[in-house]
Amino acid sequence: MSARPALNPGNDAAGARENAPRTRRGRGGRRPWALIAAVAVVFAFLYAPILWLALVSFNDSRTVSRFTGFSTRWYAELVVDERVRSALGLTLRLALSSAAVCTVVGTLAAFGLRRVFRGRGLWTVLLSLPLVVPEVVMGVSLLAFCVKLAGIPLGFGALLAAHVAFSLSFVVVVVRSRLAGMDLRLEEAAADLGAGPLTAFRTVTLPLVAPAVVAGAAFAFLLSFDDLVISSYLTGVGSTTLPVFIYGQASKRGVSPEIVALSTLMVAVSAALLLVGVAAVSWRARRAGRRAELALPN
Amino acid sequence: MPGLTDEPPGGFHPAEERTPDTFAPVEVGIYGVEKRFSDQVAVDGIDLRVHEGEFFSVLGPSGCGKTTLLRMVAGFVDPDAGRIELDGVDMVGVPPYRRDVNTVFQSYALFPHMSVWDNVAYGLRRKRVKGSELRERVGEHLELVQLSAFAKRRPAELSGGQQQRVAIARALAARPRVLLLDEPLGALDAKLRKQMQIELMRIQREVGTTFLYVTHDQEEALVLSHRVAVMNAGRVEQVGYPEDVYERPGTRFVAGFIGTSNIMDATVAGVESGVVELTADGVERLRATLPERRAVRHGQRLAVTVRPEKLHLYDADGDEQPPAGWCSLTGTVADVVYTGMSTQYVVDVPGGGSLVAFVQNARRISDAGTPGQPVRMAWDPEFTVVLDAEPAGRAERELVEEVR
Repeated sequence: MSARPALNPGNDAAGARENAPRTRRGRGGRRPWALIAAVAVVFAFLYAPILWLALVSFNDSRTVSRFTGFSTRWYAELVVDERVRSALGLTLRLALSSAAVCTVVGTLAAFGLRRVFRGRGLWTVLLSLPLVVPEVVMGVSLLAFCVKLAGIPLGFGALLAAHVAFSLSFVVVVVRSRLAGMDLRLEEAAADLGAGPLTAFRTVTLPLVAPAVVAGAAFAFLLSFDDLVISSYLTGVGSTTLPVFIYGQASKRGVSPEIVALSTLMVAVSAALLLVGVAAVSWRARRAGRRAELALPN
Repeated sequence: MPGLTDEPPGGFHPAEERTPDTFAPVEVGIYGVEKRFSDQVAVDGIDLRVHEGEFFSVLGPSGCGKTTLLRMVAGFVDPDAGRIELDGVDMVGVPPYRRDVNTVFQSYALFPHMSVWDNVAYGLRRKRVKGSELRERVGEHLELVQLSAFAKRRPAELSGGQQQRVAIARALAARPRVLLLDEPLGALDAKLRKQMQIELMRIQREVGTTFLYVTHDQEEALVLSHRVAVMNAGRVEQVGYPEDVYERPGTRFVAGFIGTSNIMDATVAGVESGVVELTADGVERLRATLPERRAVRHGQRLAVTVRPEKLHLYDADGDEQPPAGWCSLTGTVADVVYTGMSTQYVVDVPGGGSLVAFVQNARRISDAGTPGQPVRMAWDPEFTVVLDAEPAGRAERELVEEVR
């Protein structure tokens, strides 16, 4: 999972240092062609459809199978499409709200769980369980719970409740694992040097868990931004999220150039957010690692 | 109980010259402190007084409660009973951030997201020290540990020894009344550890702060400290100058834990003007000088010990005889180990058991030192130390003996 570097930034730099001196070739000196081919197949499988998507989105032709020239007209059409604009607005508002709620509540919960010493394993299982419940089932249960039981009307409120429900445990897990790897003595040292509980939290604990909180927030945003299955249960009249809109269009009218352009945009946003998040977290680690190397000879 | 008093004993003590002022005011007073964790007793009634400016060590095996004791002084753990006074004020219940003591942690616990400079400044900033005074005092303490050139580095960019020095500078910068050190050299390799020992002594002399030092390393405690408290199973077994705990161990545990000891069970045969005549299996003549305030009666069973380097070896049928009045016995050499500076002899004693002797390789080694040969062992009765009789109810405690 791409969240890994965020959880343990130190290991990356160390690993890179260890691997660097090794030769590029295999031990025998001959390239293992079969293995290289396997890697190539994997990457082709992963990226060919996405690259094709991006390519088609800049195609001038209305049919997606024939290339007639470069054009950005499908993107221009998206901008003026009222349905797209409202779906995008809702999706962004939803993702931001869900990420905000999850980050605050999830971080607090992670701190709360830190004081629990009995049944650590049980808590871990309980936290990870929602991550593996089939989305279809999750959607049904959330629909039943939010709308039928809690009486929240379909639309933004129900969507927000659902998105928080399936993103929350992710934030807790990420922040909690960061906290578990933190030396308890650091907070004792802060107290020992005269910092009251709030000062110690502000100056020591928070800066140290910040990368995990940022990563948690980014992934909560992405989970909400990408969600189709659960959202499709809970969208109300006039409140359609972007993935639900794309699915609706594609299933009713087939793959149109506008939908391809919209999909490309979604991929771009997701990838950008992922890259920014990972880079921000590992930058500090890599810098520290490089300086550590320089410091060694003294 | 001579083992439990921490008043300076009488007689000549070279260490007295090193101790700044043995009768300086009490800085840390620990009175009847107890602590148990669920079903385990960690600290079982401890009384200690550490004087101002003293380098005081608490020495003991792992799990003896020494770290718990230190954490109670720091304020991380509250005692179940007893008082912990700093400068005469009871500190029990006062949180760590309101106590005028700072800790050097075994794991250093440097803040990884701050530079060395900011680490050292942390405690000063909490005391609202600002501007030029802050810069001055941080600079001063970085200089004290010789790390001025590393101020901008992160802790991860320093070696173990350098991190250790940052931890000391950080803890001292806020000028605590007492510096608590929890096995601070435990994570360093042997060579670096020796260097840091000298460094620590220099720093303590320079700043004059009271040091309360916890270690399991007997050599470290003997080298560094003005006074040492030896702990075992949650209790203090003996408090004294390094020379005291080594030369005149008070208990079987202290004799066995610090250095190598020959511990023998003996019976009192007679007492005359402070000198006890004893009988022990296989020993022809056994005498000991009684410590002050120690009374024994005829027929009493007790344990005595003598350090291996006090034993002299003589050819069993040679011309050379030990001085009159010395303790002596004849045994069989069981094992000879040449260790360079000295040779270690293990000698089987007729009644069972064996004694260890360290003989300096100052002379040419005679062939008396071959296994299987009879040998005569003798020592000055001055070096026979009478140990505390086994206190009742302590039988279940683990007794460490290095004698084979």
